[in-house]
Amino acid sequence: MGLALRELRRRPSRFTVATIVLTFLTVLLLLLGGLLDGLFLGSTGAIRAQPADVIVYSSNARDSFLRSRIDDTVRATVESVDGVDIVGGVGVLLLGADPADGGDTVNVAVIGYEQPAAGVPAPPPPGSAWADDSLRDQGVRTGDTLLVGPARTPIEVAGFVTDTNFLQQSGLWVDLPTWRTAQNANRPDSFVTDDVVQVLVVRGNGDLIAAIDAATGGATATLTKDEAVYALPGVTEQESTFNAIIYSTLLVVLAVVGLFFSLLTLERTALYGVLKAIGASTRRLFAGVVAQAAVVAVLAFVIGSLLALAAGAALPANVPLQLTVSRLLFTFVALVIAAVLGSALSLRRVTRIDPASAIGSAS
Amino acid sequence: MTEPTTAALAAADAAAPGPALEMRAVRKVYTSGDAEIVAVDHADLTMAQGEIVALLGPSGSGKTTLLSIAGGLLAPTSGTVVVGGVDISNHSPKELTEFRRTKVGFVFQSVNLVPFLTAEENLLVVNEMAGGKATMNRKAARARAAELLGELGLAHRTGNLPGQLSGGERQRVAIGRALFNSPALVLFDEPTSALDTTIGAQVMDLIQHEMRSRGTAAVIVTHDTRMTHYADRTVTIVDGHLGADLAAADH
Repeated sequence: MGLALRELRRRPSRFTVATIVLTFLTVLLLLLGGLLDGLFLGSTGAIRAQPADVIVYSSNARDSFLRSRIDDTVRATVESVDGVDIVGGVGVLLLGADPADGGDTVNVAVIGYEQPAAGVPAPPPPGSAWADDSLRDQGVRTGDTLLVGPARTPIEVAGFVTDTNFLQQSGLWVDLPTWRTAQNANRPDSFVTDDVVQVLVVRGNGDLIAAIDAATGGATATLTKDEAVYALPGVTEQESTFNAIIYSTLLVVLAVVGLFFSLLTLERTALYGVLKAIGASTRRLFAGVVAQAAVVAVLAFVIGSLLALAAGAALPANVPLQLTVSRLLFTFVALVIAAVLGSALSLRRVTRIDPASAIGSAS
Repeated sequence: MTEPTTAALAAADAAAPGPALEMRAVRKVYTSGDAEIVAVDHADLTMAQGEIVALLGPSGSGKTTLLSIAGGLLAPTSGTVVVGGVDISNHSPKELTEFRRTKVGFVFQSVNLVPFLTAEENLLVVNEMAGGKATMNRKAARARAAELLGELGLAHRTGNLPGQLSGGERQRVAIGRALFNSPALVLFDEPTSALDTTIGAQVMDLIQHEMRSRGTAAVIVTHDTRMTHYADRTVTIVDGHLGADLAAADH
């Protein structure tokens, strides 16, 4: 191992090409992962923020917030189910909004709610909203009034909250009456009465899903919060597409490292023959190859992540790139594992080097 | 069968019991398709402790195969090989690796030193290869390397890489590496073939001096008859058969 690390230190130029290629692949992995995370977080913030163990949809909604309707009768039934502790109504309306004092149109998700969510305090007074940070990035300030939808329903921004968007539209958290006002003014075809919400967010214990759906006689379809996140249109498709590219890139990492160290091992055949002849075990030589691959991968990751962070800072705010700590950790671990597996392709070659080759053509 | 000279045996008896190398009825056969190629045929060779033997033969005579078997690089097809009292005839590959690390030294003709290690580190690599089984701690190993390099006239070259050394100096470093673990037997594979005549003679002088001063036995494979007078005796090999001995005085 010491021998391998000394070679890295004293002959860095031999590893430059592999390090550069892995650095670019690291940047690619982080940008892909960052975009995936950005799209995922931007689509699902409003659901992830909900204080819910399960989310109750009407059974005909096919797991869609926008199609779901739940009235007071169903709500009362849900509230009476054993194990249910807290129930809150939620409604969502997707629209464009114009700042009253001029400025560019912004896309908003008007989210009517009752129960305080993660990072979102209790509903503000009627006609006002907690706005998502992404609106601040677009020039909206506390006290500004947004004219929502074709009906230009006025909603005043009371403050800001973080990570609460819905399907890439900026969260505008209002009380339920304000949501109904905006809904009925802008979507008269989807009129909601005062006793109607779209979904119920429920906290409790026990098998809530089965209990709630049984109690309502099939009028509801209840999902866990995670299931509700992945029921959002496009989320699963985005994730599977990006993950397919990310795992393909990791295969490229494996192939690059495998090819590079195979060539290096081929070049070192005579040296390994001598080292085996003087008593080096295959295990020790192979461990050296793996250690070199791991160090190259770590180095590439460090440089690549700095480049990706710089790229992230340089990109416009509307590019949904989010480089999270968990994404950096995942990429680091995956890169090192791929590099180690790639270098393991040299094992057969190292094993087959005959120590007798050091001493002429005896074998 | 080839046996050590009387003088060498007498010197060996005084130093330690038992031969440095004992090969009995050693045979090595390679198969190529249906054909069998006999590289070494019923070879018997006994070397006393401290004895220097030149193994002389043309290309393809089997001298390299014999050297490889003596050094535990190849297993014989049949026969017995005992080095420093250890019978390695039936050693597993793992046991042979351990044997080569601790009981024999090698000096090869071409690729030899690790190019990115200094002269000192090329000696220390023997100890590093042992990992947890190293017989010396780092401090003792460095002292041993310094001692050997000093004796070989390389005290001022310890920090130089092989690329900064002359051909003769590189071979001296290789000799130091071979002697690092105080082996019973050192095997030289045409150690002067890459050197000019003058440097080659200097290296042979050094080998002779170092082996004699330590009482270490050595087999020197060569096809250059000018080098045989550095040995106590010369053993010839032709077509895998060991021939008659020639004592140094006979040259």
